[in-house]
Amino acid sequence: MTVILGQTFTGISIGAVLLLIALGLSLTFGQMNVINMAHGEFIMAGAYTTYVLQKSISSAGISLLVALPVAFLVSGALGALLEWLLIRRLYLRPLDTLLVTWGVSLMLQQLARDLFGAPNVQTRAPDILTGNITLIGGDDPLTVANSRLFILGLAVAAVVALSLTLRLTPLGRRIRAVVQNRDLAEVSGISTSTVDRTAFFIGSGLAGVAGVALTLVGPIGPTMGTNVIIDAFLVIVVGGIGQLKGTVIVAFALGVLQSVLEYSTTVSVAKVLVLVGIVAFLQWRPQGLYTLRTRSLA
Amino acid sequence: MTGLEIRQLRVSFDGFTAVDGVDLDVRPGDLRFLIGPNGAGKTTLVDAVTGLVKAAGSVRFGGEELLGRSVHRIARAGIGRTFQTATVFEELTVLQNLDIAAGAGRSMWTMLRRRKGVPEPVAKAMETVGLTDLADSPAGTLAHGQKQWLEIGMLLVQDVRLLLLDEPVAGMSHDERQATGSLLERISAERTVVVIEHDMDFMRSFARSVSVLHAGKVLSEGTVAEVQADPKVQEVYLGHTAAEATADVAVREA
Amino acid sequence: MNLLKSRSARAAAGFVGAAVVLFAVAPLVLSDFRLGLLAKYLCVAMVAVGICLAWGRGGLLTLGQGVFFGLGGYAMAMHLKIADAGPGNLPDFMQLYGTATELPWWWQPFANPVFALAATFLLPMAVAALLGSFIFRRRVKGAYFAILSQALAAAFAIWLIGQQATTGGTNGLTDIQGFFGYALDDPVNQRTVYFIIAAVLLLLIALARQLIQSRYGELLVAVRDSEERVRFLGYDPANVKLVAYVVAAGMAGLAGALFVPAVGIISPALIGIVPSIEFVIGAAVGGRASLVGAVLGAIAVAWAKTALSEEFPAAWTYFQGLLFIVALAFLPGGLASLATVVRRRRAAAAAEKKAAVIPVGEAA
Repeated sequence: MTVILGQTFTGISIGAVLLLIALGLSLTFGQMNVINMAHGEFIMAGAYTTYVLQKSISSAGISLLVALPVAFLVSGALGALLEWLLIRRLYLRPLDTLLVTWGVSLMLQQLARDLFGAPNVQTRAPDILTGNITLIGGDDPLTVANSRLFILGLAVAAVVALSLTLRLTPLGRRIRAVVQNRDLAEVSGISTSTVDRTAFFIGSGLAGVAGVALTLVGPIGPTMGTNVIIDAFLVIVVGGIGQLKGTVIVAFALGVLQSVLEYSTTVSVAKVLVLVGIVAFLQWRPQGLYTLRTRSLA
Repeated sequence: MTGLEIRQLRVSFDGFTAVDGVDLDVRPGDLRFLIGPNGAGKTTLVDAVTGLVKAAGSVRFGGEELLGRSVHRIARAGIGRTFQTATVFEELTVLQNLDIAAGAGRSMWTMLRRRKGVPEPVAKAMETVGLTDLADSPAGTLAHGQKQWLEIGMLLVQDVRLLLLDEPVAGMSHDERQATGSLLERISAERTVVVIEHDMDFMRSFARSVSVLHAGKVLSEGTVAEVQADPKVQEVYLGHTAAEATADVAVREA
Repeated sequence: MNLLKSRSARAAAGFVGAAVVLFAVAPLVLSDFRLGLLAKYLCVAMVAVGICLAWGRGGLLTLGQGVFFGLGGYAMAMHLKIADAGPGNLPDFMQLYGTATELPWWWQPFANPVFALAATFLLPMAVAALLGSFIFRRRVKGAYFAILSQALAAAFAIWLIGQQATTGGTNGLTDIQGFFGYALDDPVNQRTVYFIIAAVLLLLIALARQLIQSRYGELLVAVRDSEERVRFLGYDPANVKLVAYVVAAGMAGLAGALFVPAVGIISPALIGIVPSIEFVIGAAVGGRASLVGAVLGAIAVAWAKTALSEEFPAAWTYFQGLLFIVALAFLPGGLASLATVVRRRRAAAAAEKKAAVIPVGEAA
């Protein structure tokens, strides 16, 4: 019983990480239909921001708290810059965008190597996050790392913040208007290019926040983004384009599936099985879990 | 020989019913115009007949049931359509466009070889739609009206028996409209043609029969004169007289 | 008709020229070492031929060609490892890591040379057919398809690494000694391998050219530009795409198979996400829709990688990143389209000049 619970909770915490790294994509890929392969490097930028801040702020707790908004701004600014330099020229060519941003991602990785060196670096986690919490005591205890709980909380907070922003603020209304009908939004007086850039800023900023979270569970290195980016895209594909709800459900579902399969097989076989599961799922729901049915031809 | 028979056709999108129990009969050789305000369900009706959206009810052509078949199978049953915006293969020439349209039944072996010369049906269709001189021009360089004619030509080489045309004269000049109209008259002599149209002058000049759709239902049916005299139709167009109603529709669509 | 004749005459001349360069000039002027490198680049070019067909003509961004390259490569390498070990013996790495006392069941058929050779292209084609029929039939396309192919490449590499006892893990299958009875360390045999590779490349180019010029090739472009429209003409676009995808997979498989005797190794590092995307960049730089462009682009990029990455690894990465950006953002037709772009610019400039001249004439 505890084993099942334990695997489920491991799965949920894998899912929380997945959710955090995919959340920014649900805006840039899900809403704006831009495949930004450099999203992984924005995650990396957030992680290195944490690393740099910790060098100047000695308290691990304070530096982590400071890192969250700073990483959001750093990665967000990188994203807005990328949108302005390249992506806005490519809105009608999604596949070319994929390859162009892959080139950007290669250059950012090399930049990280030149700045911080090729080997991975570590940050110190604050003391409060290094321990474990015992959920079920007794002979067969179920313990959960505090850092994992923190990531879960952060993921939930980020989802709530993003969904409230999209629903309640004028900015969110503008983003949704542009996504649904670009021309109409334009003639209604919305500057679509400003909205695009702002949405990209937020989506990339969320990648930075995910990067801060990743420093708690693993090393920081130039290729850390590449390792997670495909999984993040799969979450959006399976969840359904433009559907925050789908992203959340699928992130946790894939996390639990991965963890259960890892327990019964090996990490590598689990990866392959998850992919087979995704292809099978797309047979059943080619447009992802949630989808808006319209009469449009596309 | 029976034409198009639609019975109790129903299409809904997430709770919104776009087509709500339509019955429609179009005899072979008819040139039927479908009119109605925006959102009346005209395009959705055509989408349902061609298999692009799921629908309940029955659609038969020449006695064969079409609902539930996949899009390309419906196309092979002799049903062809055009879209509101002309979709031709812009990077291929007029000849290549027509040759592809003519070739759905080709064998693997034919497909894997080069085209030699111009197949007979392709030459005939090019003649009919008046594009013979432009055979080797890329379709992307054609004028708007010529693209629509190329699309119609592509349906002709497929030897479709039912043509569903979605606003074929939108954006055309007066001369192009007249040319398209007489093209449709010639074509409909041997085939069944259904046209979705908002241009009332064009409808009055060329329609043999008219169906008015409103809110997913057939409101009225008959000749142009009968439909224009129908009080229900006048009511839908804000209670105006027929002439004003036409003007109103034209304004709304503009 | 004249145009067609001159075009096929030009193509024939191109083939003869390429054959002369590959079979006479290159072996004369290049050292054995350089010729070996060229053999490796030609393998990359074979993958590019398939990418030109699937992506350039069919619009299918195949970011998982590494999988098919790997299937072909491993099929060949497994046979060569078994042959190297000799009858009754296990390949060296299995003795090293493994506890196995006999060949795993899925290795056994590869002991047969005919099976192994056929598998180098039939296995990737079968996998592509299975996967493609699932993906295309449900109309998964564009970005979804690209991401799924990438995920496939990642999963395959991860799986290979995880199965160290039977696949050699991260190291892959290395240190291959013989090629159907010929020792690979003999320069004469290496040269023969090069000739085989050059011949196969020319053959694949001819095959792809025939496909592109056929009615099927026209239909493939039509599917790329408007899939829905093709469906209304009574074709099943899924089948059209499937053919291009499967052919491209077979070509990548052959390339992988021939890469093994040329370089002596196949490993997960050669087939994951990164190498898969690198296969695409060569074709993109040269011109994805043009066979000549894609092939020359692939060879040039592979050459640049060797030349630059050994001496300036950091500079190479920046350069490669820039290649992606410049080639795709600013010259989507690749270098092959450069002539057309320049011609158009010149024509536009000339037209402007003319326009500028007329008012002056009027004033005078």
